Amino acid sequence: MNNCQRLLISTLLFLPSLMIFADCGTLRGTGDLLLIIERMTGSVVIAETTNNTKLCQLTGLGDLSHASVVYSRDQRYAFVFGRDGGLTKIDMLLGQINKRIIQSGNAIGGAISQDGSLVAVSNYTPGGVNIFSSETLELVAKIPTPKSSKSKKSRVVGLTDAPDKRFVFSLFDTGEIWIANMSNLKKPEITKFTGIGKQPYDGLITPDGRHYIAGLFGEDGLALLDLWHPEKGIKRILGNYGKGQKKLPVYKMPHLEGWAIAGNHAFLPAVGQHKVMVVNRNDWTQEKAINVHSQPVFAIGRPDGRQVWVNFAFPDNDTIQVIDTDTLTIVKTMTLGKGILHMEFTPRGEQVWISVRDKDQVVIFDTQSFKSVNTLNVIKPSGIFNTSRAHKIGL
Amino acid sequence: MPRFFSQLVFGICVITAVLINTAQAGVSEQRAKELTYLLHQDCGACHGMTLKGGLGPPLLPQNLINMSVADISAVITYGRVGTPMPPWKAILTDNDIHWLSKTLKAESNE
Ligand code: HEC
Repeated sequence: MNNCQRLLISTLLFLPSLMIFADCGTLRGTGDLLLIIERMTGSVVIAETTNNTKLCQLTGLGDLSHASVVYSRDQRYAFVFGRDGGLTKIDMLLGQINKRIIQSGNAIGGAISQDGSLVAVSNYTPGGVNIFSSETLELVAKIPTPKSSKSKKSRVVGLTDAPDKRFVFSLFDTGEIWIANMSNLKKPEITKFTGIGKQPYDGLITPDGRHYIAGLFGEDGLALLDLWHPEKGIKRILGNYGKGQKKLPVYKMPHLEGWAIAGNHAFLPAVGQHKVMVVNRNDWTQEKAINVHSQPVFAIGRPDGRQVWVNFAFPDNDTIQVIDTDTLTIVKTMTLGKGILHMEFTPRGEQVWISVRDKDQVVIFDTQSFKSVNTLNVIKPSGIFNTSRAHKIGL
Repeated sequence: MPRFFSQLVFGICVITAVLINTAQAGVSEQRAKELTYLLHQDCGACHGMTLKGGLGPPLLPQNLINMSVADISAVITYGRVGTPMPPWKAILTDNDIHWLSKTLKAESNE
């Protein structure tokens, strides 16, 4: 029995014999729990944000480089998508692996459906999307992708859930965006948009579930799809950003998850430039570009929208910057150690958890005073995922 | 005291052997460590931490059979235009790149 079970087993009041291991009688919820990926060791840490402590570590999750997590709507189960095609369902309360399967040779991420019943995984090898029952992890549907010039099935990126039983994703090799309507599980209905632009590398959906946006690596701008009006097709936005400027080599692809929105503005990391773009949300035009320390990887908004925290690509990944969305200026720059890979806010944003890979640390900051409030030892931490994601479209 | 002395001599021998070995590949032992870390973490950002592939293709020896050390060095140095593979010449020295290419060809990375 691990620590986590010892701490959490007390919720199983119907098993009094086990309660000798626990501080008896302490029922707990899961709303303050989070999961930290330990990418080198194939393990995860369950921690909590009320007292900022680690609860337990679970091992045996395979290759967790680039791993990501979604949560069941009851916030009890985490679904971890591993690089090696592993899909692991974790019971956050018991601190146990509930079920684990290898669903492909190489995967990049996943999503959970609006009603929580389906978990979808986007794959590189072979390309395509596999869809599972979130209850049993049994395969429910397979969506193969077309072959690209290299006669391999196109790789899938930017997979997200959307309202009305839909998943939306992009095809890196063939430059497409697909909507999969899962109303009929036996026969998902696919709407395809081709020629959306070269090499979409990631995608996101706005928090209201209306707009899907794919970032393009192979050309300027982003591809926008209005899910209220799919018949209008794809619109290219920000096509002019970066025009006439020499693109810098990109040592790490930016991520479009963690959409930062404040008032009328959306904030996006620019590809191959030392800039965070400020976009007008109504007409999707660029209003400004904020010069930042290096090439941004994540630009993540504090839940109230007042700040956007930015981390950077190799070799400048030891620095973090905070943009004030009111004045559109940088209000804080911190150097925390090499390999700052991810930031995650507490549900209402008073604190932020930051993984610093090369220091084997997760540091927790107060977002108002920028003072460090705690540091946890975690082995080569990467992604951090709060259970509050369970109730957000696109996360 | 004699025991300490013999241990010292042995220690020096080992260190020299390691130094000679890595010197042949053109980088120090410390640099070799850093490059191994870079290969799995930073090249791994695209090629997968275990180099089994991701956005970039797998880089295990069996995947690179048709590429010579010089071919691999050229790709690392200049990148591949029109693909996400970036040029590393601004960050790595020729020696570093040669060492990485040899490592990719010769060693299993598991
Ligand atoms: C930003 C992503 C990215 C990073 C970081 C990256 N690569 Fe690549 N690499 C690619 C892509 C994509 C290709 C495939 C290019 C193509 O389509 O021909 C590639 C191709 C290669 C190839 C040729 C393989 C073949 O079979 O043709 C080698 C060798 C290589 N990379 C080595 C490295 C090394 C060594 C590093 C780290 C120093 C590195 N790469 C970092 C994306 C990346």
